[in-house]
Amino acid sequence: MKITILNGRLIDPANGIDAVRDLYISDGKIAAILEPGQVMDGFESNRTIDAAGLIVAPGFVDLSARLREPGYEYKATLESEMQAAMHGGVTSLVCPPDTDPVLDEPGLVEMLKYRAMTLNQANVYPLGALTVGLKGTSLTEMAELTEAGCVGFSQAAEPVLDTTVLMRAMQYAKTYDYSVWLRPQDGYLSRNGLAHGGPVATRLGLAGIPIAAETIALHTIFELVRATSARIHLCRLSSAAGLDLVRKAKQEGLPITCDVGAHHIHMTEEDIGFFDSNARMLPPFRSKEDRDAIRQGILDGTVDAICSDHTPVDDDEKMLPFGEATPGATGLELLLSLMLKWAEDCGSAPEAISRAIAKITCDAAQVAGLARGRLSKGSAADICIFDPKAQWKVIPSNLASQGKHTPFLGHDLPGQVRYTIVGGRVAFEA
Amino acid sequence: MLNPQLNKNGELQHLLTIEGLPKDVLTHILDTAASFVNVSDREVKKVPLMRGKSVFNLFFENSTRTRTTFEIAAKRLSADVINLNIDSSSTSKGESLLDTIDNLTAMHADMFVVRHAQSGAPFLIAQHLNRSNQPHIHVVNAGDGRHAHPTQGLLDMYTIRHYKKEYSNLTVAIVGDVLHSRVARSDIHALRTLGVPEIRVIGPKTLISSNMEQMGVRVFNSMNEGLKDVDVIIMLRLQNERMNGALLPSAQEFFKSYGLTPERLALAKPDAIVMHPGPMNRGVEIDSAVADGTQAVILPQVTYGIAVRMAVMSILAGS
Repeated sequence: MKITILNGRLIDPANGIDAVRDLYISDGKIAAILEPGQVMDGFESNRTIDAAGLIVAPGFVDLSARLREPGYEYKATLESEMQAAMHGGVTSLVCPPDTDPVLDEPGLVEMLKYRAMTLNQANVYPLGALTVGLKGTSLTEMAELTEAGCVGFSQAAEPVLDTTVLMRAMQYAKTYDYSVWLRPQDGYLSRNGLAHGGPVATRLGLAGIPIAAETIALHTIFELVRATSARIHLCRLSSAAGLDLVRKAKQEGLPITCDVGAHHIHMTEEDIGFFDSNARMLPPFRSKEDRDAIRQGILDGTVDAICSDHTPVDDDEKMLPFGEATPGATGLELLLSLMLKWAEDCGSAPEAISRAIAKITCDAAQVAGLARGRLSKGSAADICIFDPKAQWKVIPSNLASQGKHTPFLGHDLPGQVRYTIVGGRVAFEA
Repeated sequence: MLNPQLNKNGELQHLLTIEGLPKDVLTHILDTAASFVNVSDREVKKVPLMRGKSVFNLFFENSTRTRTTFEIAAKRLSADVINLNIDSSSTSKGESLLDTIDNLTAMHADMFVVRHAQSGAPFLIAQHLNRSNQPHIHVVNAGDGRHAHPTQGLLDMYTIRHYKKEYSNLTVAIVGDVLHSRVARSDIHALRTLGVPEIRVIGPKTLISSNMEQMGVRVFNSMNEGLKDVDVIIMLRLQNERMNGALLPSAQEFFKSYGLTPERLALAKPDAIVMHPGPMNRGVEIDSAVADGTQAVILPQVTYGIAVRMAVMSILAGS
């Protein structure tokens, strides 16, 4: 299969390109990137896509998408969520191990990889559980899990309360130089918490999660990194104080990276409104100052990547009083739009759009150690072609994911995916 | 933000919280309550305002007192009252909150009086009814989690107005477990809307959020300082489960620091009134000498509570 994509504005942050270019794809790989007017001799396309007015970017790399398999098929299935990924232009995704059973055995990982492969859509990279059953007591067979296809080890949203176990896990992972993905959230200070421990929670009578839950966990992790030199990826930062600690730790030279969930670039505690359970998230939406610090962190590079933190939740678990609702939002199909919205809020300068795309392509791929998220000659032809100006309305019928809940329901967002190409195959077109 | 309690004509459709309700809505409820106070003294203690209407008391959390006062209020308005203690019925069989509501709606309920352990649960119900095109069914919040207890707030305002006439020159102190108190939150919103210039909250730092001041109150950690020259003291109930643990070391130590004794009461204005939403813990938050003393208006609060609940239900039923 040979495809030619003509006249598009090609944005490939990894190679510093933001210009009109023609893209030639052959055998699942990028064969050439040429300036307009140049022609690739002897290249006979099976298909030509005119991308005039559209942006051609690397397919997106999402560092956290819950596919809900195995175990939670009533919330979502691999089929539905892979569709959602294609609709959202996400061609590679990392999935956390909090399935049922937990991804703590090689067989489960192999099964998931196999199921994903037969669907032949997005590339799926599982994270293995750091501890058996995510219980925080004993280590998993990390080497075996890596052989089965895990790209790192994570506790998902479960804290490791026992710091001895955490240190051992980091030492063991460092033995093989595996990366450990941790969500900085102190298990005691966040226990029973429903919302950011700020004025909105006080007014609404919701138990708060203080910022100290994040900063204390970060201090603990950084001390253990100093002791073990383990490579740590910090998942879902939520506060200005937390980002400040990350910034300083990076200056110190600690081997850390961090990400933020896309919803948190825009939403604040105020968006809970009158107990909107769609705004029930973990970590919670925090203050405007925290939100602004996240935006700044994307600009100054403290935030390495943005992920969708895609969490399909069904009606039965969302249409409940705020405190009983399951946290999380659908995200795969909003990731691009929420990044473009951030770029719009920055004034839509070309650098801003390029930066926005970097955070969901090459920068994210680098965090996960994947050779993806770039449009170099010879690299896998994972591509998203989108219309940056087209608006779409976030309503359930516009979402392919089985998860229909997001605090952006009813909003108009910029950016519509026109084509998603995975491994040189057009997997989605609108 | 759209206030989900008001319909598009600005009339009260549900009573979910006092926050955001205009002053004239609150005053109208209090004035209406005044006209009902005498009904209870009549030989026939009934008015026919809600004849033929069905009021469902939906108590997802145990309560005897509040449920009873709502029941009496509805019956004095001639409504039919159905009491459901859902704690021990359907949700334990796995039925969801909104399924329960749909079933009761199919039985042609006119009003739901809801108590729930989760903050915001009555909002979910009200929004569900509005969405499913049942705007003629009204929801009254009878206490949700730590969030709101609007009829208690209103009856407190009624009591204060009865004894103090004006709000605009008062200092009101709310004492005790403010953190977990839906009564405190409703009182604070009501006092602010009605123009009380100084609202104080008094308690240890474990029971008052550090950002409480953003609700428009002054925070005192010392009882003696906080009670100085106040006109109204609202004592809060300290729940048993808070008394021994990480929030407080013991009920005894709490009483020593924050219990309302006659000596402490003397720090307030000589004509200060003492209120309590009940049920009281004598010897924990309040000394019996104060609870039974001349400045306590705790029993009149209960009486006015019925009139205020009659006012709320009749106004909702008429909207």
